[in-house]
Amino acid sequence: MSTRQTMVWLQSGGCGGCTMSLLCAEAPTLFEHFDTFGIDVLWHPALSRETGVESLALLREIAEGKRALDILCLEGSVIRGPNGTGGFHRLAGTTEPMLDWVLRLAQQAKHVVAVGSCAAFGGITAAGENITEACGLQFEGTQKGGALGRDFVARGGLPVVNVAGCPTHPDWVRETLALLTLGVMEPADLDAFGRPRFYADKLVHHGCSRNEYYEYKASAEKLSDMGCMMEHLGCIGTQAHADCNTRPWNGHGSCTNGGYSCINCTAPEFEDPGHAFLTTPNIAGIPIGLPTDMPKAWFVALASLAKAATPPRVKQNATADRIVTPPAQKFPRR
Amino acid sequence: MSEPGKRLIVGPFNRVEGDLEVRLTIEEGRVARAEVVSTLFRGFERMLSGRDPLDALVFVPRICGICSVSQSVAAARALNVLSGKPMPINGERALNLVHAAENAADHLTHFNLFFMPDFTREAYVSRTWHGDVVTRFAPGSGVAQRAAVKARAELLHIMGILAGHWPHSLAIQPGGVTKAPDAQERVRLMAIIAGFRRYLEAEIFGGDLEAFLALESREALAAWCVARPNSDLARFMACARDAALGTLGVGTDALLSAGAYDLAGEALFAPGLLRRSRLSPFNPDGIVEDVSHAHMVPGEAKHPFEGETRPDGRLEAAGYTFCKAPRLDGHPVEVGALARQVIDGQPLVRALFEEGGANVETRVMARLVELARLAGVMDRFVRDMNVKDVFFDPAKLPEAGQAAGFCEAARGTLGHWMVVKKGVIANYQIIAPTTWNFSPRDAAGIPGPLERALVGTPVTEGEQAPVAVQHIVRSYDPCMVCTVH
Repeated sequence: MSTRQTMVWLQSGGCGGCTMSLLCAEAPTLFEHFDTFGIDVLWHPALSRETGVESLALLREIAEGKRALDILCLEGSVIRGPNGTGGFHRLAGTTEPMLDWVLRLAQQAKHVVAVGSCAAFGGITAAGENITEACGLQFEGTQKGGALGRDFVARGGLPVVNVAGCPTHPDWVRETLALLTLGVMEPADLDAFGRPRFYADKLVHHGCSRNEYYEYKASAEKLSDMGCMMEHLGCIGTQAHADCNTRPWNGHGSCTNGGYSCINCTAPEFEDPGHAFLTTPNIAGIPIGLPTDMPKAWFVALASLAKAATPPRVKQNATADRIVTPPAQKFPRR
Repeated sequence: MSEPGKRLIVGPFNRVEGDLEVRLTIEEGRVARAEVVSTLFRGFERMLSGRDPLDALVFVPRICGICSVSQSVAAARALNVLSGKPMPINGERALNLVHAAENAADHLTHFNLFFMPDFTREAYVSRTWHGDVVTRFAPGSGVAQRAAVKARAELLHIMGILAGHWPHSLAIQPGGVTKAPDAQERVRLMAIIAGFRRYLEAEIFGGDLEAFLALESREALAAWCVARPNSDLARFMACARDAALGTLGVGTDALLSAGAYDLAGEALFAPGLLRRSRLSPFNPDGIVEDVSHAHMVPGEAKHPFEGETRPDGRLEAAGYTFCKAPRLDGHPVEVGALARQVIDGQPLVRALFEEGGANVETRVMARLVELARLAGVMDRFVRDMNVKDVFFDPAKLPEAGQAAGFCEAARGTLGHWMVVKKGVIANYQIIAPTTWNFSPRDAAGIPGPLERALVGTPVTEGEQAPVAVQHIVRSYDPCMVCTVH
């Protein structure tokens, strides 16, 4: 289909979950997808045969510019601690911190891809006091910069491509890799946080199965209730950039379909919301975080109107875990 | 013969989850001493301090992308103990089902993607089975690898239905699971599990799972394999015989299981501690973590409720790894599928264990036996599920208290210890399966289970990453991201 492209995948301050998620790709499965788009996996910590000195020899060749690399993927945040030394993550088999290897390999790669919110922004690993001084490849939380610096542009002309998510959907990653392989991804295809717009221009709210409850502000009171989780349970799907409710996870799911709130895991600094995750901070009953692009006055007006207009069916089902009142049967006019 | 005292450093040690380095001292062609090194520190225990106790359920699954549900289950169990309210029985069934699905997926990943590819190496090119094994298990292209990845993805549709997604689900809570499935979803779960069983029977076992699980001796297992040469089980046994896996990586006679898949206080796979052929109850009060050989600020060995995580910022302490050394009643213990199945008394695993103890072959066989059992376990949880009942009943947590939660991840016993004060987490300590198995030495100089199991391993002249060492290390199905967390 296209010329073959080489890929090296490294893991640093993360959990390996984006790889585990990527292996859930279906129709086709991951290895068939790599075949289709001519992606040669030179090394991946979970998938390759090569270990120890064999892997180090390959990484050295690339770092020294003796072997071409098309795509460098990093999963997990870049660990700079303690005190900027990177010593909290030493590349096994070497005396050097992974930080140094990432910096060297990124200079050689045609494209640099941050897989997951850790590699993109720091993510969970950067939570709280951040004792490991974790950051993203080109962002530190919401601020541009990170390990490679704000002005970094890879050889291929793109900044770091931030496939953010915790975890990432397998399609976000594999389709980003395919677009890079085909050479059709441009800077304008990335949003302000470097995320591919093909999924980041959508909101989790789009296609949420709780939309009718949202419209009437018929709220869930506890997890597993079917109502809207925005008012009481900390759901920020109306502000979260991702297509989770129009692109199913594991064949069927999404967070909101699983009975719990969206915590906006594709966003920088999602890990420290400043309150308990499954609660909604509010002022006089009005949530502090309003739906994206919605003026506050309109939200207040529409919410009170909608609440007053809520049909009993929607109200009853909102606080139940299964439908207790079905929709009325209406016969089409002949 | 190698020179006396030759040092060999193997890393990055891949096809394990996370970052691992193994340092070997080779004398007279054998490993004389081993040091197991975890090279990544993230500090989850510190991140949890000061947070709402329920927020632990956002953080702990993200310790590990492969044991994600296990981490959630351990935290949910601890929170459940704190709440003092029993989990709704159907919520507990659903929780066990998603946990069993993760563990089954992990066993499948380990066998096909992590363990078997070592037999495709050049070192084995002269063996009669080599070509066949390359066809099946060559990384990325092997037909068994591809079939396994597809079967795994389909199995994990269970997560899409019951847990939102995998990994990192918030569906697992102290009050059960947040998704109440309906009758149609229950039927779909049954169909997914039946499909998984068909895959296992066709590709791995070459026959009916219940008939396989009825085998009780090495002879019966050998006869099963002779009759089914095209099963991956038979392929593994051929490799095991040829590479003498039954003599490699022999562990100590101390196995631990916290018991798996609790339902109303009763574990489906029994808990226990087996030491020198004596079975006793698992008592977590005897656990301490020693930091004498870790990159941690020096201190006394402490029980996890009093435990601390203070990394040595200058990396100058006497340690060689970020992993602490957990000890039970002063001893290292081995955890994993072998421990679970031996302690539960599974006949075939018991028979193999009594013959050769804990070794590379018995660890992998125990995992395969457990995989076969899990198909039935998952089916039972779905069939017993009442889809008209409650699956979630929110837990109310006290302002102060402490509790521990345990479960069995694919790779062994996982424990969480949580102390709550003034409504927030005051201390949180985690001991993961590979913290046990890949622990460093303790203050008494006693090596961890892998460090000990590696001693005596043959190393051929010129080997940079001795293949026998690779078999032994991977036989534990290590998860390094969990190990240090």
